[in-house]
Amino acid sequence: MKKNPSAAERRRFLKLLGSAGAMALLSPFMPAWARPMNVGTQRLPPEGEPQIFNLDIRQQSLAIAGGTGNAVTIDGGIPGPLLEWQEGREVILNVTNHMRDSTSIHWHGILLPFEMDGVPGVTFKGIDPGTTFQYRFPVRQSGTYWYHSHSGLQEQSGAYGPLVIQPRAADPVAYDRDYVVMLSDWTFEDPHKVLRNLKGMSDYYNFQQVTVAEMLAANDGMSFAEATRMKLAWDRMRMMPSDIADVTGATYSYLMNGAHPAANWTGLFKPGERVRLRFINAAAMTYFNVRIPGLPLTVVAADGQNVQPVTTDEFQIGVAETYDVIVQPSADQAFTIMAESMDRSGFAAGTLAPRQGMQAAVPPLRKPPRLTMTDMGMDMSAMNMPGMEDKQVAAMPGMPAMDHAKMSGVDHSKMSGMAGMDHSQMKGMGGIGDMEGMDGMSASVGPVTAKHGPDTHGIGNISVADVQRDRLGEPGTGLESEPHRVLVYNDLLRLADDFDPRPPEREIELHLTGHMERYMWSFDGKQFHEVDGPIEFRHNERLRLILVNDTMMNHPIHLHGMWMELENGHGEHIPLKHTINLKPAARVSALITPIDKGRWAFHCHLLYHMEMGMFRVVRVS
Amino acid sequence: MKYLKKLSAVFLTVTAIFTGPALAYGPAGTPDDWPPPMPDDMKFGMFLIDRAEATFADGEDAYVWDAQGWYGGDYNRAWLKTEGEGVQGKSPEDAEVQLLYARMVRPFWDLQFGLRQDFRPQPQRTHAVLGLQGVVPYEFDVALALFLSNTGTLTARAEFEYELLLTQRLILQPRLEVNATANDDAEIGLRRGLNSSELGFRLRYEVVRKIAPYVGLSWLQQYGATGNATVAEGGDASTLSLVAGLRLWF
Repeated sequence: MKKNPSAAERRRFLKLLGSAGAMALLSPFMPAWARPMNVGTQRLPPEGEPQIFNLDIRQQSLAIAGGTGNAVTIDGGIPGPLLEWQEGREVILNVTNHMRDSTSIHWHGILLPFEMDGVPGVTFKGIDPGTTFQYRFPVRQSGTYWYHSHSGLQEQSGAYGPLVIQPRAADPVAYDRDYVVMLSDWTFEDPHKVLRNLKGMSDYYNFQQVTVAEMLAANDGMSFAEATRMKLAWDRMRMMPSDIADVTGATYSYLMNGAHPAANWTGLFKPGERVRLRFINAAAMTYFNVRIPGLPLTVVAADGQNVQPVTTDEFQIGVAETYDVIVQPSADQAFTIMAESMDRSGFAAGTLAPRQGMQAAVPPLRKPPRLTMTDMGMDMSAMNMPGMEDKQVAAMPGMPAMDHAKMSGVDHSKMSGMAGMDHSQMKGMGGIGDMEGMDGMSASVGPVTAKHGPDTHGIGNISVADVQRDRLGEPGTGLESEPHRVLVYNDLLRLADDFDPRPPEREIELHLTGHMERYMWSFDGKQFHEVDGPIEFRHNERLRLILVNDTMMNHPIHLHGMWMELENGHGEHIPLKHTINLKPAARVSALITPIDKGRWAFHCHLLYHMEMGMFRVVRVS
Repeated sequence: MKYLKKLSAVFLTVTAIFTGPALAYGPAGTPDDWPPPMPDDMKFGMFLIDRAEATFADGEDAYVWDAQGWYGGDYNRAWLKTEGEGVQGKSPEDAEVQLLYARMVRPFWDLQFGLRQDFRPQPQRTHAVLGLQGVVPYEFDVALALFLSNTGTLTARAEFEYELLLTQRLILQPRLEVNATANDDAEIGLRRGLNSSELGFRLRYEVVRKIAPYVGLSWLQQYGATGNATVAEGGDASTLSLVAGLRLWF
């Protein structure tokens, strides 16, 4: 009865692998336009001359993911070409629009004059059909970045590509091979239809919901009674613990460097070589859990910026983030690069191998994760359940009673009037004074750092994080109880000694808000069109940006044109980020020194969240 | 303060018309002739045929439809609702269409008002509608409505639905509808008091999200004067039907 699309996909894939004529069957998955992703192959113009690139954006039918889709391509493929710039040079990029719609290219994570940032309606008017826009600016940084269309939903259709900037000085990272590993999500549906489906039914693509069959199977280690209590607890909130991803493997194929897992993108190595893998998450909506079974991963850069090397076994990469990783395979064998979607409805995969055509086992998808009451921003200490693990908190029997006490009248008998219906605001669910009891509950849950104020952000917002936590020490959603090492934000320390020691002169606090049921997304309860102007930053000031996630979902928050220095407790070595993931109910702060004047986009990098209002403009003047 | 803001917005707009667009700024702080960076105020719509079914009971096989749709933004929407029923092979005995304006007043609640036209039974009635539609805790979909007809009859209807996922695609939908009337409308056989309730259990299979055939049980119970009248006419105040239908949305 149960038809799990990811399972279907996996079966299809395994069938392909197992069949005798596998190579012949694989061919439709390996498109003719497949691009090399070896870094360091481009020739530079003579010293002092700018690097010139011409890019063509087209709408076209494209062989992809084993089928033929309607794509928006940059230079005829997905991803677009690997651009290699050199720090200290000037670059000129002539972008020509061959489509009927307006387009744009945004250079993600790049410091530049704002007119060159490529956000239609914020930094320029966009690139009209049939015209060429010339981007021209000096390159002031190095590392792994990417570029993508910032127009409509073109990014979902394939308008993105990798960008690597070679440093002027010697690279502190030593390596023998250098590959880009660009992860993305592809759908054969029209992205506008995807959005319409989400607007009509926000869980349209979610086929991993809590079901009676699952509750009876008790494979979460909960009795049916416990599972029922847990379901009722979530139902009362009108939320779903399975709300991990809005768009899933039900419609997505997940790609690695444009290749479906069956096409098996392969990076070659000689045993003993140090291989640099530049992971870029170019997905519209998908977080990935990345691991290479058998190889430890040494993270050397995050969001393009060098970090003190830290070795791990798995990391979760938020949409639009990048991680540079060094691996050193010593055995003469193949290794699978596994990139499982955060909701585990599908995966992208490729291979590191000494020779073409080799392949290692692809690990099975793990069980779909569930949100917890921590994600809901509720104070678990009030529940008096010492020793209980975070994962099971949602099932705790004390939950309904506690809730009743705090919420104003919500029973059906009061439905006749409007009074007593404002139960979106689940405030005051316990104090933060009694947090000492927390330690016994789960070592993985971060400390409470603040409580939510009285403002519940209006009717366009359905929940607030009453209890806000520092979750930078927690692994990504679903990776809380892996037996191996998992990267957390607290592991990231910047390598350079370039910290701006000025204390912040002021703080700006913004809350990530939304209405899942109506698929509305916003900051402080206001969709973009509802605000009356930009957020004002002052040139060269030192400020602290505080972000609070009042929603149930992870959101990758991206600020254009300047770094966010993520305050993860490492003093002068806090890392530089262009995109910061906020776990549900997380309170995060970042220090910022705005250098470049102008208007800069600030938004959630989940494409449909941005389109539906989780977007602001920051003005530096 | 609010009016001042609105006034200033109007003033800015008017100024912009006379001085060129460069003076007016939107949420992006950009000139007005630039496109908005995000289309987050765009309009959407959907139409759901919740029930399109044949019902089978002792001696009387009937059909029922119940559909509703909306179009608009996030806060303001136009709704179209229609429902009706009849004996199989015959034209409907009840048929109504509602056209409503809905405004989101609480995070999970729409306040709705508009008109309802009953094409059957004859003579036709026109009602003013005041409704409240939303989701209560525990994920029950609720629709409450008051109808005031052109003959001065006040009726009320309450509908509750729940969706229980047995598997990812096999979904049980319990449904309760209750109808009541404040004063008689003898001409169309409407009697004061609690009129009827329908308790249904429909089990659907979502072949794809938008197409789901279902089977189920529906128990219709009439009360008080309404039930007495039905019995007097030789009918049954209580009917248990087997139903089979299709749930669709667009």
